[in-house]
Amino acid sequence: MGGSNGKNINLKLKVWRQKSGKEAGHFAEYDAVGVSTDASFLEMLDQVNEKLVAKGEEPIAFDHDCREGICGTCGFVINGNAHGPMKGTTVCQLHMRKFNNGETITIEPWRAKAFPVIKDLMVDRTAFDRIISSGGFISVDTGNAQDANCLPIPKPDADAAFSAAECIGCGACVASCKNASASLFVAAKVSHLSHLPQGQVERKERVERMVAQMEAEGFGSCTVTGACSAACPKGISLTNIARMNSELLCSALTKKEGVAGDGI
Amino acid sequence: MSKLDSQTPGGPIESMWDDHKFHMKLVNPANKRKHNIIVVGTGLAGASAAAALGEMGYNVKAFCVHESPRRAHSVAAQGGINAAKNYKNDGDSVNRLFYDTIKGGDFRAREANVYRLAQVSANIIDHCVAQGVPLAREYGGLLSNRSFGGAQVSRTFYARGQTGQQLLIGAYQAMMRQVDKKQVTLFTRREMLDLVLVNGQAKGIVVRNLLTGAIESYEADAVVMATGGYSNVFFLSTNAMACAVTAAWKAHKRGAFFANPCYTQIHPTCIPVAGDMQSKLTLMSESLRNDGRVWVPKMQGDKRHPSQIPENERDYYLERVYPSFGNLAPRDVSSRQAKYRVDEGRGVGPSGVAVYLDFKDAINRLGKAAISEKYGNLFEMYEKITGENPYEMPMRIYPAPHYTMGGLWVDYNLMSTIPGLFVLGEANFSDHGANRLGASALMQGLADGYFVIPYTIGNYLANHKTEKISTTHDSFKEAENRAKSEISKLMAVKGSRTVDSFHKELGRIMWEYCGMSRNKDGLAKALQQIPKLKEQFWNDVKVPGDANYVNPELEKAGRVADFLELGELMCHDALERQESCGGHFRDEFQTPDGEAKRDDENFCHVAAWEWNGEGKKQTRHKEELKFENIKLAQRSYK
Ligand SMILES: Cc1cc2nc3c(=O)[nH]c(=O)nc-3n(C[C@H](O)[C@H](O)[C@H](O)COP(=O)(O)OP(=O)(O)OC[C@H]3O[C@@H](n4cnc5c(N)ncnc54)[C@H](O)[C@@H]3O)c2cc1C
Ligand code: FES
Repeated sequence: MGGSNGKNINLKLKVWRQKSGKEAGHFAEYDAVGVSTDASFLEMLDQVNEKLVAKGEEPIAFDHDCREGICGTCGFVINGNAHGPMKGTTVCQLHMRKFNNGETITIEPWRAKAFPVIKDLMVDRTAFDRIISSGGFISVDTGNAQDANCLPIPKPDADAAFSAAECIGCGACVASCKNASASLFVAAKVSHLSHLPQGQVERKERVERMVAQMEAEGFGSCTVTGACSAACPKGISLTNIARMNSELLCSALTKKEGVAGDGI
Repeated sequence: MSKLDSQTPGGPIESMWDDHKFHMKLVNPANKRKHNIIVVGTGLAGASAAAALGEMGYNVKAFCVHESPRRAHSVAAQGGINAAKNYKNDGDSVNRLFYDTIKGGDFRAREANVYRLAQVSANIIDHCVAQGVPLAREYGGLLSNRSFGGAQVSRTFYARGQTGQQLLIGAYQAMMRQVDKKQVTLFTRREMLDLVLVNGQAKGIVVRNLLTGAIESYEADAVVMATGGYSNVFFLSTNAMACAVTAAWKAHKRGAFFANPCYTQIHPTCIPVAGDMQSKLTLMSESLRNDGRVWVPKMQGDKRHPSQIPENERDYYLERVYPSFGNLAPRDVSSRQAKYRVDEGRGVGPSGVAVYLDFKDAINRLGKAAISEKYGNLFEMYEKITGENPYEMPMRIYPAPHYTMGGLWVDYNLMSTIPGLFVLGEANFSDHGANRLGASALMQGLADGYFVIPYTIGNYLANHKTEKISTTHDSFKEAENRAKSEISKLMAVKGSRTVDSFHKELGRIMWEYCGMSRNKDGLAKALQQIPKLKEQFWNDVKVPGDANYVNPELEKAGRVADFLELGELMCHDALERQESCGGHFRDEFQTPDGEAKRDDENFCHVAAWEWNGEGKKQTRHKEELKFENIKLAQRSYK
């Protein structure tokens, strides 16, 4: 193993440091020297951290795991953009060839009431789990299923469900929304399941419960500015929010009339 | 006499699992409520187990190191999941999946387990579709399949290049539904640091709360571990950063035998290493070999741009050496062939340590749009990482550590050598022998979790008097003290070297001497170097900060301490297994044309290691493998 195409650059970092949620935070400055342009953004931070540790200082804490852009664990704001400057890319997949020698980079955590800071760049996103547990599923117990091909699903529906299901739950949508709304996250799940025949039975209860939980968690409301979708590393589309709203409306209307219908 | 009883029920293999299910005892619904079960790990294996057990009415406590179960490493699986559905009418069957898996594993897996796996494979697809997992479909609305290595039928189901993500989200949602129903209680950001035994039975765990640093105890009537694989012993692997052997290793130290630790899978198609700061390697899914052709220049040291190398000066070596399987030869075989080409001086790219995976012919045949529909996200990922566009330039790939077939030994019921400790998914050793076929890990994890453990754990609970134990019991206190003292020891070293520097050094030793090929001298060298490195680690590691809050360096240090011990055991295991089989390739044991040469006379067994205490040599136990349904044969993909 070995080999490289890259060159080295030097950078100045302004990084948000906060020992815990209870303590006040501040920006600290670090030099990142001799960073390979082949390195990922997180590898650049690893390099800075190795130096901090060697000096006996605490490294910059950030969440990360797969480093392949799929687990949704990483995420912070780089120069004002959730996940940084490259469209459709998580910070772990952002590479240093996108930065210039001598640049100053500002790094701070997701900022939202419902995502309290844990330490430095780490935030608590468990609100997303609680939203999923209030209806983001299809109620089927193990061992009940019919043969999978007994339920043909038109490819366009399956593809639409898939596109919504691509959400990695990173929270960039919340971080980039001026209202810190979680609408795109919730809508992605509502839309994924409501596109599928399996998801029809519970669709009204699902959308009502999930939206109620989102509000209870302290996320703001959606004013359809589209900042969320623009920042989303998976390009989850705003039309999902429209779909969620229509599901919600449909649920409210049919409930008022006491009809057990399945659509507007 | 071996201490290992596989508990294989006997009788014809076709009806064995059904008969066994009928004969196992059941726990009645009212009693299920009274049982607590701990599930450690919420990847595919753990989340599916927690969901299924919760649905049945057990009280489940589920733990993971991640902030959310949806982050588990299973999420990264790209290519697909196998199932013997025969939707393609191409001759697939339970028998064929069974056969392919046994052969793919180079005849080092237990027949009965593999047969059951093939049997339940179809149920997995049915269940996942019912959950709303958006698997790929054809225009007619039916499910689509692709081919994977080591098989001549199309039995792999997939969701673009995100199969693991979609299956995991399905299992996660099913588990969160049980959280909603209060059948499952979720404990995230908790790292299992010890297993607690009372009267020889697994009765609980001790964890570190990664947010507060608190050492916490939890009790149960049985413990299920699904904590994943240990490829990160190599430092650079395709595994996520938090993947570790710690939970399995601690259970090993409490008496669970560790089976076949030297069986590791080096995946042939990963993006090559680019520099010293590289923190992990990225897989390019095996599914790409459906349409990509692997080649190197015929000439040594050929530095021309690939587009300048004419067709007749290219060596499509997999197609040349394995005409019937071609680019879809299994992983161990393909990886070794790539290594041979690089060793011959025919590697490509700036480092010369890579081979090409070329899509030119497929793009000409099917069009760019069709290729993008199938592999778009993988191509994009490749470009983000390397800065090169694979539609125009062949990918550069090279093998990298990816999966571990070894793991905690389990019997047919998935129970370890510790009564009441069950092990699922990649953490156990069971179904893949010496080499796993692509798309079979997702299948195995979900088979274990959805369709095996729900039955076998009931039988255990019904057959064992399970006394309620409180976490104030001495065994819990002892385990807590062990965990605390290891942490204090790590914090107290205050040395001069970072944790990563040790991890990288261990990784280099393992890759060099216990990687794609191994030999006696190299392994002996590693067995001198690792203990020295371990000693240095405990004298010179530097862990900053304190233990009573979020401290990622401390977390890493604990994991590296365990990898150092595991690495040593892997080398012992590789040294003692004086044959080549699957992913374990000993230079001394090869056929004249460089293929793995097994020694069925002396090594047709599982090696399971027993911990004998700190600093003592471990005991190697054997479980003899019998092949009654498939004839032992030299594997051939030619
Ligand atoms: C990049 C990549 C691609 C792959 N593609 C495929 C594919 O296409 N098809 C296929 O079949 N297989 C594939 N595999 C293999 C497959 O993904 C894994 O083998 C499988 O997902 C493992 O699942 P698991 O549930 O056993 O473990 P994991 O998903 O690794 O889950 C482990 C769980 O244990 C928890 N845990 C670990 N240690 C502790 C501890 N000490 N305390 C508490 N919790 C702990 C973790 O938090 C996590 O929840 C791929 C693997 C990789 C690396
Ligand atoms: S670390 Fe997994 S998405 Fe970035």
